[in-house]
Amino acid sequence: MIAHAEIAQLFTGLVLALLAATLVASVLRRCGARSPAGGENIIIETVFARISAWWAMVVLLSLAAAFGRIGVVVLFALISFSALREFLTLTAKRRADHWVLMFSFFVALPLQYLLVATGSITLMTIFIPVYAFLFLPVLAAVRGDTAGYLTRIAETQWGLMLCIFTASHAPALLWLDIPGFEGKQILIIAWLVIVVQGGDMAHFITPRLMGRTRIAPDVPHSRTWEGFLGALGAGVVLGTALAWITPFAPWQAAIMALAVSLLGYAGGMVMAAIKRDKGVADWGHLIPGQGGFIDRLDSVFFSAPLLFHLVQFFWVPG
Amino acid sequence: MLRNLFTAIAGHGLVLVVRMITAPRAIWAGIEPIPRKRVYFANHTSNADFPLVWSVLPAFLRSHTRPVAASDYWLKNRLRAFFGRDVLKAVLINRDREGRDANEDPVARMVAALDEGSSLIIFPEGRRNLTDEPLLEFKTGLYHLAKARPDIDLVPTWIDNLNSVLPKGEIVPVPLICTVTFGAPIHIAPGEDRDIFLARAHAALAALSKGAEG
Repeated sequence: MIAHAEIAQLFTGLVLALLAATLVASVLRRCGARSPAGGENIIIETVFARISAWWAMVVLLSLAAAFGRIGVVVLFALISFSALREFLTLTAKRRADHWVLMFSFFVALPLQYLLVATGSITLMTIFIPVYAFLFLPVLAAVRGDTAGYLTRIAETQWGLMLCIFTASHAPALLWLDIPGFEGKQILIIAWLVIVVQGGDMAHFITPRLMGRTRIAPDVPHSRTWEGFLGALGAGVVLGTALAWITPFAPWQAAIMALAVSLLGYAGGMVMAAIKRDKGVADWGHLIPGQGGFIDRLDSVFFSAPLLFHLVQFFWVPG
Repeated sequence: MLRNLFTAIAGHGLVLVVRMITAPRAIWAGIEPIPRKRVYFANHTSNADFPLVWSVLPAFLRSHTRPVAASDYWLKNRLRAFFGRDVLKAVLINRDREGRDANEDPVARMVAALDEGSSLIIFPEGRRNLTDEPLLEFKTGLYHLAKARPDIDLVPTWIDNLNSVLPKGEIVPVPLICTVTFGAPIHIAPGEDRDIFLARAHAALAALSKGAEG
């Protein structure tokens, strides 16, 4: 991948921003440690853990980008693998589902990313929703165990759609031919991650600064109007401010950021509902203090296909 | 010397493979991972149970922790013997009551290993649980061991999800997350009846199965 000025500037900017964030959080932690109130410290620790996760994201995405498009595809394939492992650990399954699980991990996942890596965009968008959809239930039926059959199949397919299909749309952005933007598509991925992660962070902080009005009585107490508006606001501000790294004009970037933030928020809400249904607090434990990959990336998963389609529809000619 | 290096490398390799497939997590619920002589008693659903429990223990505990295993399984071929006897340093037990001679008494061997300073991992069900029951009845070995060394912490250890990773009869493991929950230790009371003690130990382990995810 040819190094572009925008990529270098964005990288420098991110590193500086994270350095500043780490510094501020360290100072706050030191002050907070002296105050007797324990409640404040949990917030600072959470913020700290998120900043660490961002460092990891910047480092990983930069490393992957250094290896070009294939590096980014491999990175997202590994993310899909970890997310799928978290998801399928919690879904309904029986001994007879072993082939289904093997197909999910060892066939569906590599094949989907192979389709991305070869630029087979049309096949990529139908492989899991159509062919994996039709093939998985056959594989389960062949093994003969019909107890909870539909639940087992449906939950596994949900996992494939969420953890492989949606996630693979992020690296697929690299294969879109945007006139005047050749070789810089990775900046759109960076833009997406920054917008939805910024929204996630605002969603965590705003209710703690401005109070809590629950969106609905049955949703978890973290789902508040303040958090919702904070997430959208932060997403739009970040997305518009970073319009210079994208092929979008500022007003276009604002609309795109709004759309992406809305879906990202919805994603977090959907995944929280599933966690509640399954009776767990987090999807996993791989990122210290952050739960699992799905906890951190649900908003990216939900918004990646939309961003992909919007860019393909409005910015790719023909 | 060279052999030690070889077993150490194989041990690290084993831990790495287990970690890559099952991303295992240790949950210390009621006891801390401190260097103290213990007997971990666990449910048994898969031949990978030993490597899994062994892998989630911190390295400084792992080097002093030996599984107690059946010699007919672990000495069957050279590869198993290498991993069982040399890498995991298993205390090998002859399950054939009639065929074993006096110096092969299982409890005496376990006590000897404890007295040498090792911790033990044992499966009190005595065999792999291939039924739909969460936990089979315990054999009496745990009772005899507890009576011989009543001061030792008996740590209930619940292994979750490993039977989904590699169900019986399958060859290829699928990557799913496993947890190993270590519960509050139990001890035998002076003069406690065998069946009462075993029921108490059984209940302590079964109780962990409900809260294993968390």
